[in-house]
Amino acid sequence: MKFLAYLVSGISLGSIYAIIALGYTMVYGIAKMLNFAHGDVIMIGGYVSFLAAKNLGVPPLVSVLIAMAVCTVLGIVIEALAYRPLRSAPSLAVLITAIGVSYLLQNSALLIWGANPKAYTPVVSGTLQLFDGQLSISYISLLTVACCIVIMVALTLFTGRTKMGKAMRACSEDKGAAQLMGINVNRTISLTFAIGSALAAIAGALLCSFSPALMPTTGSMPGIKAFTAAVFGGIGSIPGAFLGGILLGVIEALARAYISTQLSNSIVFAVLIIVLLVRPAGLLGKYTQEKV
Amino acid sequence: MKKALVLILALTMVFALAAPSAFADGAFKLGSSGPLTGGAAIYGISVMNGIQIAVDEINAMDDGFQFEFMSQDDEADSGDKAINAYNTLMDWGMQVMAGTVTSGSGITVAAQAFDERLFMLTPSGSSVDLIADKDNAFQVCFTDPNQGVASADYFAANFPGAKVAVIYRNDDAYSQGIRDTFVTEAAAKGVEVVYEGTFTDSTSTDFNVQLTAAQGAGADLIFLPIYYTPASVILQQANAMGYAPKFFGVDGMDGILTVEGFDTKLAEGVFLLTPFSADAEDARTQAFVAEYQSRFGEIPNQFAADGYDAAYILKAALQAAGCTPDMSADAICEALIEVMPTISVDGVTGSGMTWSASGEVSKAPMAVVIKDGVYVTPEF
Repeated sequence: MKFLAYLVSGISLGSIYAIIALGYTMVYGIAKMLNFAHGDVIMIGGYVSFLAAKNLGVPPLVSVLIAMAVCTVLGIVIEALAYRPLRSAPSLAVLITAIGVSYLLQNSALLIWGANPKAYTPVVSGTLQLFDGQLSISYISLLTVACCIVIMVALTLFTGRTKMGKAMRACSEDKGAAQLMGINVNRTISLTFAIGSALAAIAGALLCSFSPALMPTTGSMPGIKAFTAAVFGGIGSIPGAFLGGILLGVIEALARAYISTQLSNSIVFAVLIIVLLVRPAGLLGKYTQEKV
Repeated sequence: MKKALVLILALTMVFALAAPSAFADGAFKLGSSGPLTGGAAIYGISVMNGIQIAVDEINAMDDGFQFEFMSQDDEADSGDKAINAYNTLMDWGMQVMAGTVTSGSGITVAAQAFDERLFMLTPSGSSVDLIADKDNAFQVCFTDPNQGVASADYFAANFPGAKVAVIYRNDDAYSQGIRDTFVTEAAAKGVEVVYEGTFTDSTSTDFNVQLTAAQGAGADLIFLPIYYTPASVILQQANAMGYAPKFFGVDGMDGILTVEGFDTKLAEGVFLLTPFSADAEDARTQAFVAEYQSRFGEIPNQFAADGYDAAYILKAALQAAGCTPDMSADAICEALIEVMPTISVDGVTGSGMTWSASGEVSKAPMAVVIKDGVYVTPEF
């Protein structure tokens, strides 16, 4: 029963990683860049939702919608100001810019909201008791898992079935050719950032409901873990991000329960190294040989 | 006309300056330094307010004992600013020090005071390093590891038969230190520890595993020797799990009610070890709280109480040692070092406080419980 409880806590933690990883993987898949500021957009989403609920008194769901709107705009602005001018620059320059944006967001949050932690009120509260109370699952865990599955399915359908999705896949395969076929590459990439950032706002609300101490650094560690999850599952692959996130959460929870709390992070990253040694493209990633 | 005005002003100033020194012949020069500005200012201002009240009360008694008090700002700095504040006080002629307020500056100042043979009693510097190997430095507050001993004693006395789980941060000296002494004392006192969970700075956001394990081990009392930020996460996650043991924190828990957005209902029934409870029934505490409120318009915190007690402890020690205000600082220092381990003082942060020769205080631990969003004395 204890094992089940650990598993449940691992899956709900993993679902949060998965939602964040979906944002990473979307942007990487289409723009071929690692948006390291993603974790900090999550933090901004958390703050916006917190402040909306506190100052405007709106219900939790509305506060999350407001956060999604703000983060979507933020994502588009970041892309337009920081990344678009570097479209043809070497990928290292874009990577460093992304790290710069990450620090900019973190320190702006520090200036605006201060270092004192804020206690986020969970979007749902309560617990589901199973087996005569031997196993309790919080509603927030159930909501997280449900959100994660819905988002994963929706994204898969969106990229596979819609015209915009097709445009995204085209940009992912060959930007130049896509442009020649009449696809507006800039707009497609903007849309990708908008979707990724809206997902970040949802992830922020769920993350803060799960762990309510909201600080300017709230997004960094989950951001790195989710990036790991995305690579673990195969970066660029939507089901891969989902699988990677869940597995990472479960490994982390079980490592913490049965091996050591101090080593749990090391174990997570060690697993990543082993997976990448065996399958360099990640679990579900396609290994493509580059012609030289 | 203008000249006359200037003359009057100048004369007024002379008298204003001369007035305190009129009785200063018979007064001990008491100094203190602490953060009066900057991020830690709340601690320094509280301590100085507490000392000031005690000094005024002492001077108002007609037993011939007088203090002259001066405070300096060290901004909780452990470098130049602490030394500058100390030097300013020494230039003024400080004979005995009720400082410093913070541990960091205290460690710096204590080293210099040790060389220059000045007696110092820190109201609130809780680090062991502050008093280590220095015969002239004493504390009013508990040292960090002592809180572990005090907590275990408190559990043995008030929660017999409790199954205790400890969740602590093992990359933090404060938390680890309290946990170590707690576990040792718990074993000695027969307090049953059924589970110990750790976390680190980078894993301080998810406690579901530790809480599940504690629940599985049958713990009905969780000891949290940690700061209030991770503690607020633990309370939230335990609540989400539907797990409701008793929670017991130490002084790091102080502040949990001030976290913005925190649902204080979650902290309902949480115990914490603090040397001072403003709602205590005894006349001494009530008089102090009333005086503090009328002067400064707020309820005194534990730092104000530590400062208040520091002045009374120094008075008791100076009287016991038979010191007189005309003695030099180093003569007073040697005399006080002799008498400190022999005296016992009742204060608002504990009754029957005694000291070891190494400078640590020994007093009965006081615990408060959070009820309706305020600290109250627990009833059993």
